[in-house]
Amino acid sequence: MPVNETLATYSDWTFNSAVGVYVLAMVLYLCEQAFSRAPKKEPVAAGGIPGLVEEPRRDLGRPERLGRMGAALTVLGAALQLVALVLRGLSTGRAPWGNMYEYVILLTLAAVVTWIVLMAKFPIRRLGGFVLLPIVILMFLGGTVLYAEAAPVMPALQSYWLAIHVSVISISSGILLVPGIASILFLIKDRKPEKFPKVPSTDVLDRIAYRSTVLAFPLFTAGIICGAIWAEAAWGRFWGWDPKETVAFVSWVVYAAYLHARATAGWRGRGAAWINVLGFAFTVFNLFFINLVTSGLHSYAGLN
Amino acid sequence: MIAFLRNTWRGLTSMRTALILLFLLALAAMPGALLPQLSLNARKVDEYVAQHGWWGRFLQKLGFFEVYATPWFAAIYLMLFVSLIGCLLPRTFEYFKQATAKPVLTPRNLSRLPHHAQAETDSSPEEVLAEAEQHLRGWRKQADENTISAERGFLRETGNLVFHFALLGLLVSFAIGKMVGYEGTVIVQANGGQFCNGGIANYDTFRPGLRVDGSDLTPLCVKVDDFKAEYLPNGQAKSFHAGIGYQSGEDLESGTWRPFDLEVNHPLRTAGDRVYLQGHGYTPQFTVTFPNGVKRTSATQWVPVDPVTLASEGAAKFDPPNITDPEQRRKNQLAVTGLFAPSSAMHGSILTSNFPALNNPMVAVDVYRGDLGTDDGRGQSIFSIDKSLVDQGRLTKVARKNLAVGDELSLDDGTRIRFDGVNDWVSLQISHDPSQVWVLLFAVLIIVGLGVSLTVKRRRFWVRATRQDDGRTLVEAGGLARTDQAGYGEEFTRLATSLLIKET
Repeated sequence: MPVNETLATYSDWTFNSAVGVYVLAMVLYLCEQAFSRAPKKEPVAAGGIPGLVEEPRRDLGRPERLGRMGAALTVLGAALQLVALVLRGLSTGRAPWGNMYEYVILLTLAAVVTWIVLMAKFPIRRLGGFVLLPIVILMFLGGTVLYAEAAPVMPALQSYWLAIHVSVISISSGILLVPGIASILFLIKDRKPEKFPKVPSTDVLDRIAYRSTVLAFPLFTAGIICGAIWAEAAWGRFWGWDPKETVAFVSWVVYAAYLHARATAGWRGRGAAWINVLGFAFTVFNLFFINLVTSGLHSYAGLN
Repeated sequence: MIAFLRNTWRGLTSMRTALILLFLLALAAMPGALLPQLSLNARKVDEYVAQHGWWGRFLQKLGFFEVYATPWFAAIYLMLFVSLIGCLLPRTFEYFKQATAKPVLTPRNLSRLPHHAQAETDSSPEEVLAEAEQHLRGWRKQADENTISAERGFLRETGNLVFHFALLGLLVSFAIGKMVGYEGTVIVQANGGQFCNGGIANYDTFRPGLRVDGSDLTPLCVKVDDFKAEYLPNGQAKSFHAGIGYQSGEDLESGTWRPFDLEVNHPLRTAGDRVYLQGHGYTPQFTVTFPNGVKRTSATQWVPVDPVTLASEGAAKFDPPNITDPEQRRKNQLAVTGLFAPSSAMHGSILTSNFPALNNPMVAVDVYRGDLGTDDGRGQSIFSIDKSLVDQGRLTKVARKNLAVGDELSLDDGTRIRFDGVNDWVSLQISHDPSQVWVLLFAVLIIVGLGVSLTVKRRRFWVRATRQDDGRTLVEAGGLARTDQAGYGEEFTRLATSLLIKET
């Protein structure tokens, strides 16, 4: 089917705008982080009934206003990204995740949305800069090194499983970016808590990491299984230890270890955080190394 | 002795061991992604070993090129599963015991719990508890004199057990598949060529399961009528389609061919087996007219050497006709070898292909005459001649020319070789794995179990209503999430508020 060039161009523009908006949001977050004073007391870890006690309203300081602008821009960036993705899909007439560039758009979008949802529940807005940094890097790489023209995909990818398998894997990997960052911050904070007074308590970071992992892990599992079902139809076997399959299996095992570690005495906290960072490292490794360096059945980067 | 066994068992089934085994499993699986693997690409393994000297041979000896078939990999996952069973058995007993158990007694001091709230009301304790009973619909409850103890989220453990047992089931089904399953590939000419699943010899490559001896293959025949490929202008494939007929079951006796459109992502599923379209290529056809007027035609598949432009190499081999003396026959064999280009382009005098479709097919041939070595009992590739025979002078090059369809070349003895045209061939894979449906079933159970066990929270809620000296009632509520505290706060607040706020 022909590619609608106009829509594809608009898609590229909105993608680039999203990157710009995120960079701006990142700067605002960092300003908030730099200029605000450290909170005296951790607001969340308190016991009792959280909802029953009304928190006293304070006037918003300038750093706080910057942070709120950053949050608003993050939402705007996510909206732009969504538009970029939809336009790609419309221009090619297929699910817009057929090459690495498109995959990265969806992955980062999932990460940003996860972050926005968590931001509404936890007092972590000022950490936005740390989360947006890897996202901006990923999107920059996606828009430059990995960029691929809007085009149809090869026969092996022409299946409704493309829409299901790739989106589920991409979204779950995106969500897993958030606990990865939260766990890195956990390890930093845990080492010298007094040196990083503006980073939320390890307790909050651990909870963020756990909740997002618990959301992503079943999704990731389902994504792998969808991949196996598709592989059975496309490649003649449901599991063949293709490099991508292998590393997906390894990350799955690592995240399973994370969930177990969190329930094992002596492994809670630091140990679990390290494992989560390791899982995140494998996810990134699977995205870049396996697609670009090794050759396997999953070599669909669209880069030759 | 018994103490030793008990300690070993305890050690093996502890969570800490499970964690370490999980890490080992991840670690052991990694080389399979980083090093070439025999099951995926045997040629790359040979290259790697050749390039890395003793290090390559060392890795080979330890099985690093077939990681998933090595004893050490098997040892890790078997230990992990023993550990899992050891962990699951007591938990299953505990599960059934708890399934009928009553919620625990209300703790004396509810304010010590992670979630706690209290308020005073004018209602009587009985009224408060009656209302609490209403709010706690769906909870497992145990009412006492002035208190209710409630518990919810038993499904979490159900999901957890389902997940882990499904993992076991998946491994067992996978193993059964590896025992009794097989897969084979075969190249079939796409102009009516046939393949029947009658024995291992019919295949080009065959990978049997450990329990497969080839005597009991599923009766099944396939006939490939045509093949069509479409390409984008840049040479990227757009679609592959093979029109086939197939026979299985009763059709084999009646001889009925059922039509089927075989495509990538659209395998034929019949008689419990699957037939896949795995690849395609070209079969140039040559006719040799020998000096005595006898014609011989060869249509042997050539192998693509460039996956993008489908430039292919191969060899058409001919025996001279009407020669009874084996010695003479052997010395006058002919082989037409060279490069086939579906869309020819000339770089100087070198033929190349610039597109995978048959736009302007041409073949650059080298003709050899002499002893092809086909009678010496050793197998040889159908895609090439034995180069060592050329080096020994038993086989000599007698002509070299570029031929378009219909072109001919003549040899010194009057033999004429004509390039008749091109056919397609397809490579088919036939797979047999009776247990894969079980793998799928357990995989679905894994997702379900995982989803349930990670979303449901096991939590407790207590309410106590006591009449105070001033005649009012003190209502206390306490809550405890048994597995993970995250998220219970909101639910507790909602429950506690609905019980307390309204009445103050």
